[in-house]
Amino acid sequence: MSPMILTAAALAACTVLAAGAVLLPDWAMFLVTMALAKGLVSLGIVGMMRGGLVSFGQGLFYCLGAYMAAMVTNVFGVADIVLISVVAMLATGAAGAALGPLLATYRGIFFAMLSLALSMVLYGTFAKMSSIGGTDGLTVLTPTFLGWAPEGLALQTALYAFTGFVTVVAGVLMRIYFNSERGLITLAIRANELRVEYLGASVRNAMAWNYLFGAMLGGLGGAIAAMSLGHVDPEFAFWTTSGEFVFVAILAGYLSVPAVFLAAIILELVRSFSNLYFPNTWQIFLGAFLLAVIFLLPRGLGSLIERKRTGDKE
Amino acid sequence: MSIPILTATGVNKSFGAITAAENVSVSVPEGAIFSLIGTNGAGKTTFVNMVTGYITPDSGSIKLRDREITGIGPRGITRLGIHRSFQIAQLCNDLTVEENMLVALAINAKEPPSFFGSGRSSAARKRARETLERFQIERYANMLIPELSGGVKKLLDIAMAMAGDTEIMLLDEPTSGVAADEKFPLMDLVIGVLREKGVTVLFVEHDMDVVTRYSERVLAFYAGRIIADDAPDEVLSDADVRRYVTGAPA
Repeated sequence: MSPMILTAAALAACTVLAAGAVLLPDWAMFLVTMALAKGLVSLGIVGMMRGGLVSFGQGLFYCLGAYMAAMVTNVFGVADIVLISVVAMLATGAAGAALGPLLATYRGIFFAMLSLALSMVLYGTFAKMSSIGGTDGLTVLTPTFLGWAPEGLALQTALYAFTGFVTVVAGVLMRIYFNSERGLITLAIRANELRVEYLGASVRNAMAWNYLFGAMLGGLGGAIAAMSLGHVDPEFAFWTTSGEFVFVAILAGYLSVPAVFLAAIILELVRSFSNLYFPNTWQIFLGAFLLAVIFLLPRGLGSLIERKRTGDKE
Repeated sequence: MSIPILTATGVNKSFGAITAAENVSVSVPEGAIFSLIGTNGAGKTTFVNMVTGYITPDSGSIKLRDREITGIGPRGITRLGIHRSFQIAQLCNDLTVEENMLVALAINAKEPPSFFGSGRSSAARKRARETLERFQIERYANMLIPELSGGVKKLLDIAMAMAGDTEIMLLDEPTSGVAADEKFPLMDLVIGVLREKGVTVLFVEHDMDVVTRYSERVLAFYAGRIIADDAPDEVLSDADVRRYVTGAPA
C-alpha cells in the first residue's frame, strides 16, 4: 500500500467517523466508541495472528489499561484523556515488554493458554484486592480534553471523536508496520518458522515485538473503554472478555486493518440487537453468526476488503 | 588445497539405540565442493543438521576455521555464514516468490529489518528481482509457492539461503524431487553461482552422475560412519562403497 493510498484511506476513515458524529444517535455513538476501543485490542491480536499466534489473554492488557485510567484519575487527579491514554499505553507496554519474551517462546495452543492464564491471574488478583474495589471495581472520573471539560452529549461526542482519531492513528501506524520489513518477516514466520530462523532472524524476537504492540493497543483500548463507561471492574480481564477480542480478530481476519474495526462494530451491533430482541438466547445468534463467517469467509471480512493478492486464487 | 574452512573432529550422535554419527571427522578446504553420499539413514543429513545447528552432537567438535561452533543454534550458525537448503524446499507458501526473496534480503541486509520502511519498496523489489534473475526464476516472481515446480522451489530455496554473505553452503539433496532432465541444468546453475562467489559447498546427493560431475571430493557414509573420503573416482570404485552405498557389483 503506497503512502498516497494510506493517506487517502485515513482521510476517508476520518470523514466517515466525522459524519458519524453528526448523524449517529447517542446510543449508536456510544456503541461505536466502545466497538472502536475493543477493536484496538483486537488489532493487537491481529498483529500476532499475522505471525501465526492467537492470544486468548488480551483481557490482561485491556484490564490493566482500564485500571491505569481509573488510578490516574482517582489517585493523581489527572483527568486529561490524552495523558491518561499515554500512561495506560506505557504501563501496558512495560507489562508486554516484560511478558513478551517469555510468551514468545511458546507456540500454538501453549501460547494461547498461557496468555489466557495470565489474564485470569490478574482477574483473580484484582477481584480479591479490596483496596481497588474488589469485584465492585472503581469509578473513573469524567475525562477532560486538553483542558476542556464537556458534559452530556458534548462529552459523548468528544469521546467518540477522540476514539475515532486514536483509531485512525493506530490503524495507520499498524498498517505501516504490517507493510514494513518486520511485517513481511512476521508473515513469513506464520508460513514457515524454520525457514526464517535459517535465514538468520529470531522468531522469538519478532513475536515479542508483536506481543508488545498488542499490549500497548490493549492498554489504550482499555483506557478508552474505562473512560467511556466511567467504571472498571475485574471482568475486564475475564476470559469471556478476552474471547470477544479473539472473536473480532477471527471475524476480521489478518489481511485488513479497517476490517478489524468493522468487525468490532458488527459484533457490537449483533450483540446489542440480539440481546434486545432475544434476551435469553442472544448467544446462539452470536455463535451462528461466527460460524457463518468462518464457513463463508474463512480468511475473515478482511478478505473482502483487501485487494486480491497477485496470483492468489481467491 | 587451502586451509580448512570447516573441520569436524570425532563427532558422535545417537538417537536412542540408533547411531546417526560415529566418530565423524571431516576437513573441508575453503572453496572446495564436497558431496555426501550414502543410503537412507547413513548419517548424511544428520551431519548437515549438526553443522547447521539443528541438532547438537553428543560429543566431538565442529569448527568454522578456528572458531568452535558446536552447539550454536541455526540462527547463530546462519549469521556466521554457514547457510543451507533443504531436501524439501522450506519456503513460505502464503507468499509469492518475490516476497519470499524480499524476506530473505530484509533479514540479511546490513541494517536490521525496519519497523517502518516498506518491505516491498521499489529498491527492495529491484534487488529481489535481480537475485531471482540470477537464478533464472524471475519470471515466477508473482506466483505463489504451491504453483511452482520442484526445480523452481529448489532454486528459490537456494537463492534465499544465499541472500546473506555465504561462506559455506550445505545443499541437502538439491536434485531430489526435480525432473530428470532438469537435474543437470539446475546443478550447472547452482554450482556456477556458488563457484562465482567462491562459496565452499557440501551437497548431499543420491545421483552418482551428479556426484561425479560436480564434486571435487566425496564423503561416503554408512551406518553413521565415513567409510570413504577421497576424489569421486576413487570413492566410487571403493569396494565398501560399492557394497554398502551404490550397490554396484564389486
